Amino acid sequence: MRVAGITGTTALGLGASQARASSSHASLDAKGENESAMLVDTTLCAGCRACETACAEANALPQPAPDAAVAGVVRDTAPEVFTVVNGAGPVGRDGDERFAKRQCMHCIEPACASVCMVRALDKTPEGPVVYHGDRCLGCRYCMVACPFEIPKYQYDKRAPLVRKCTFCAARQAEGKKPACASVCPTGALSFGKRGALLELAKGRIYRNPEKYIHHVYGEHEAGGTDWLYISDIPFEKLALRKVRDEAYPDKVQGALSAPPFVMTLWPPLLMGLYAFAKRREAVNGNGNAHGHGGAAAGKEEDRHV
Amino acid sequence: MSSTALAAAPRQDWFREKILLGMDLRTYLRSLATPLNALATLLIGLGVTVLVYRFAAGLGASTNLSQAQPWGLWIGFDMMSGIVLAAGGFTIGSAVHLFGMHEYHPIARPAILTAFLGYVLAVVGLMADLGKPWNFYNMMVTPGSASALFEVAGCVLMYTSVLLLEFLVPVFEWLGWRKAHERLEKAMLALTVLSVVFSTMHQSALGSLFLIAPAKLHPLWYSPYIFIFFFISAICAGIAMVVVEGTLTHRIFRHRITGKHADMDKLQIGLGKAGAIGLFAYFFLKMQGVAEGEHWDLLFTGWGAWFLLETVGFVLLPSLLYGYGARYKKVKFVRVAAVITVIGIVLNRLNVSVIAYNWDKPNHYVPSWMEVSVSIGLVTAGVVAFRWIANRMPIMSEDPSFASSEF
Repeated sequence: MRVAGITGTTALGLGASQARASSSHASLDAKGENESAMLVDTTLCAGCRACETACAEANALPQPAPDAAVAGVVRDTAPEVFTVVNGAGPVGRDGDERFAKRQCMHCIEPACASVCMVRALDKTPEGPVVYHGDRCLGCRYCMVACPFEIPKYQYDKRAPLVRKCTFCAARQAEGKKPACASVCPTGALSFGKRGALLELAKGRIYRNPEKYIHHVYGEHEAGGTDWLYISDIPFEKLALRKVRDEAYPDKVQGALSAPPFVMTLWPPLLMGLYAFAKRREAVNGNGNAHGHGGAAAGKEEDRHV
Repeated sequence: MSSTALAAAPRQDWFREKILLGMDLRTYLRSLATPLNALATLLIGLGVTVLVYRFAAGLGASTNLSQAQPWGLWIGFDMMSGIVLAAGGFTIGSAVHLFGMHEYHPIARPAILTAFLGYVLAVVGLMADLGKPWNFYNMMVTPGSASALFEVAGCVLMYTSVLLLEFLVPVFEWLGWRKAHERLEKAMLALTVLSVVFSTMHQSALGSLFLIAPAKLHPLWYSPYIFIFFFISAICAGIAMVVVEGTLTHRIFRHRITGKHADMDKLQIGLGKAGAIGLFAYFFLKMQGVAEGEHWDLLFTGWGAWFLLETVGFVLLPSLLYGYGARYKKVKFVRVAAVITVIGIVLNRLNVSVIAYNWDKPNHYVPSWMEVSVSIGLVTAGVVAFRWIANRMPIMSEDPSFASSEF
């Protein structure tokens, strides 16, 4: 499917591909194309971790761990660590090291926000999945729901919060790039609109089909995410987990469409059964001698036991 | 006796009769000094102490929860199991009040009281687990209605209120408030309908909670139909709990039964028939879940053995025992089957929310002693509350002076 998308573009011819591709994308994958997004080209990442430092500064987090402490370790984000750069060792086609930055993927249809019963996690129309700590009651269902296991909880606090990358929504609102992208020295992080970045990603794969894996991680994962990755080694090696292509909130829709039916159909059905039961009692002659209807009939039967 | 004491006498008499079981304060307090009461005090005291510590020091200091395992014993046992075991209230309530099975009337009140206490304690357990429970009102301010948890929370809140009203019937009899009692009785049919509506929704929605986590819950337990499993098993749990609790309370509170004693054996054999059918349907559905997901090969793994233990040992086996007991009128089989069912359904809830969740991760979650002691404290509190109420209020049988009472 994904490879077909790319080869399909090839079939349209080189010259026209750019324009035609964008229109075909618009029809095929209009989903979230105007959301702000980030493309991570892992082949360009030098693993300098400047993004980690910038992220810590922008979010008033503690300074990231020193290089020596993180070498050779696959790290996860944490309540006070919104992004981590994980190295995969010298595995690139050129024999160089490969790295991948990990943070919230900012899904187009985020599982975390869909399960939040107080809308503390909320998907903004601009793209970022933001968090309102003042609403949160700390049920941690978002952590259960997130397929990327991104939301982290301050278990050690008395009034704990869920913590994760906010895509620097506040900076974006001021027209600035997210902190990480603003400091990336190698061009591994490209910030823009999702539709344009998908084209950029596919264009790079198209121009270097031998180099890149023919897959944009995040195009379809979890129904599509605003963070997109391209790579020349399998994504699992970069500690990017395999995630289903479907939008996770869809998995609950069937079950959640039941309440209206239960609420409208159960009462008349139950009342009908009640009427049947009462009628049966009346016919059976346990009936209304006491003038109390069902209540009296009930008493009668009790005594028969 | 002085004149002031005389003036206060009626009130004192009331207190003595209603609260102190007709004893004077000193005799009453002395009567409380039993080994079982001491044990209960210890367990509840420990649970309360841990709860205080949990809010003072945080979840991290008191629980073994982690970033990978956000839900533990307090969700898996206190809430998930507490609520399913309280399903007896709506199961028996609807059988008696809606479907005309009046022969089960004598066990309806204990079932409703158990359900009410179960829900209250489940809510207490949930409050302990929430990071910031005081933000609960935000459910109304910024409702996230697309969440299965919203459905659960909303319905649990509503159903607990319904249960409170149903429980108020014996309370009003106890207080002798005839007018309030009469009014409440008129609302009873509506309340029973509501109890079925809310229970259908939240018992199944507790299963729907896990639909969003297909990769984290073991495929043998994950099913797109998990909400149906949860609802059917809730009915089975309700029936089983009514048998278990009926057996215990009928023995313990024998002195509280006024008027004619119901033939408990006969009632339980009838429940056994229902239990056999319910559990067999549940077993069949669980197998259908395996077939639908094409997970037959997984049955031959370690997790498969665990799954088979749950579904065969704790669903099919009690179903057959129920059937045997009902067919040959052997109530012992029904009672054993009910106990197995209760254990099996708690096991299922724990499997879904804790044990088979994150099944493929290293460092599996094991609850801390503090989590365990809160759960034990809550169960003990429920038992003590039941005992306190059943010893005073017309729970085991209704007040004969309120003879028209249907509920």
